[in-house]
Amino acid sequence: MEQSKRKLYWTLFSSTFVISAFTVGGGMVIIPLLQKKFVDELKWLEQDEMLEMVAIAQSSPGVMAVNAAIIIGYRLAGVAGALVTVLGTVLPPLITLSLISLVYAWFASNRWVAAALRGMKAGVAAVMADITLKLFAGVYKTGKIWCMALCVLAAAAAVLTEVNIVFIILACGVCGGVMSWLERRRSA
Amino acid sequence: MIYWQLFRTFMIIGVCCFGGGYAALPFIQGWVVDRYAWLGMEQFIDVVTISQMTPGPIGINAATFVGTQLAGLPGAIAATLGFICPSVVIVLALSRFYFKYRSLELVGGVLTGLKPAVAALIFASTVTIVRSALWETGVLTEPNLAALCIAAAGFLALRRAKAGPMTVIFGSGVAGLLVYGLLGVK
Repeated sequence: MEQSKRKLYWTLFSSTFVISAFTVGGGMVIIPLLQKKFVDELKWLEQDEMLEMVAIAQSSPGVMAVNAAIIIGYRLAGVAGALVTVLGTVLPPLITLSLISLVYAWFASNRWVAAALRGMKAGVAAVMADITLKLFAGVYKTGKIWCMALCVLAAAAAVLTEVNIVFIILACGVCGGVMSWLERRRSA
Repeated sequence: MIYWQLFRTFMIIGVCCFGGGYAALPFIQGWVVDRYAWLGMEQFIDVVTISQMTPGPIGINAATFVGTQLAGLPGAIAATLGFICPSVVIVLALSRFYFKYRSLELVGGVLTGLKPAVAALIFASTVTIVRSALWETGVLTEPNLAALCIAAAGFLALRRAKAGPMTVIFGSGVAGLLVYGLLGVK
């Protein structure tokens, strides 16, 4: 394998491995981490592209974090890249859980573990609040009133109702298609 | 053979669960507890607790835990592989479609609509996380002050000091050890 390619695979693997090891409390937490690494640090992806990929990951079956890893790996290094990022995402939980299931009773009742986890949860809350503000700013910057309205409606549906998020994504996609078509017709 | 059964069962769960890791839990319960009785209800609750406590995607955590309990490390690998197989195929197919057609006007329009959707969904998930991390009792007037302080410090570090998310999560863990563990704050 040539040097640069090996380096690309290694970066993909190590980034997803570390990110997966740090996603405490559900798949969505992976988004600020992926954003920081692939958009801000490596500059391999644009913010908009990243969000579109997240939406695809969300609307596919399975685990959000794995789906996001697949699509990012595929975008940056083809099918081989996707396999590398999946491996990076799956290995940390496989290792941690295999170890923890051996000492489950100790782990679940240890007060130091509980203390660290409680602190980490508060930190995750801050990280999520930060990314939410960034994304809202991004929607505001589009300057499209219908985008902002759609965002408010979707947020209300997601917070206040039990509707499956896949339907929210589909509905917003349809709205986006229709509104863009109307915009083009008006300007033509 | 147990490995093949684990692989097949988690593959079915992997196809069925749309909408994130929590959506997988009822399916896992349906197959692993109700149908095959591989785990009792008590053990299943352990799976849920431990999946939420440990880092990593909840669905993968649950697959690994069930696999380990039933057939050791090879069982964990079989269950995890089965679980992600459908995702790999479906997401790769969708990705090909996306990268091929995203420059088309219609597809571009649809993608424009997805941006506010993702922002909204992340907001919803933030609401859930903030609520469970900072208002542990569920009463609005009784926030956990220590958690509130840790979160506020983390937020300032992200916004003002441009700290990375991992630094903040790790730092908060250390703060948790000090505040809840060492000082014994409730």
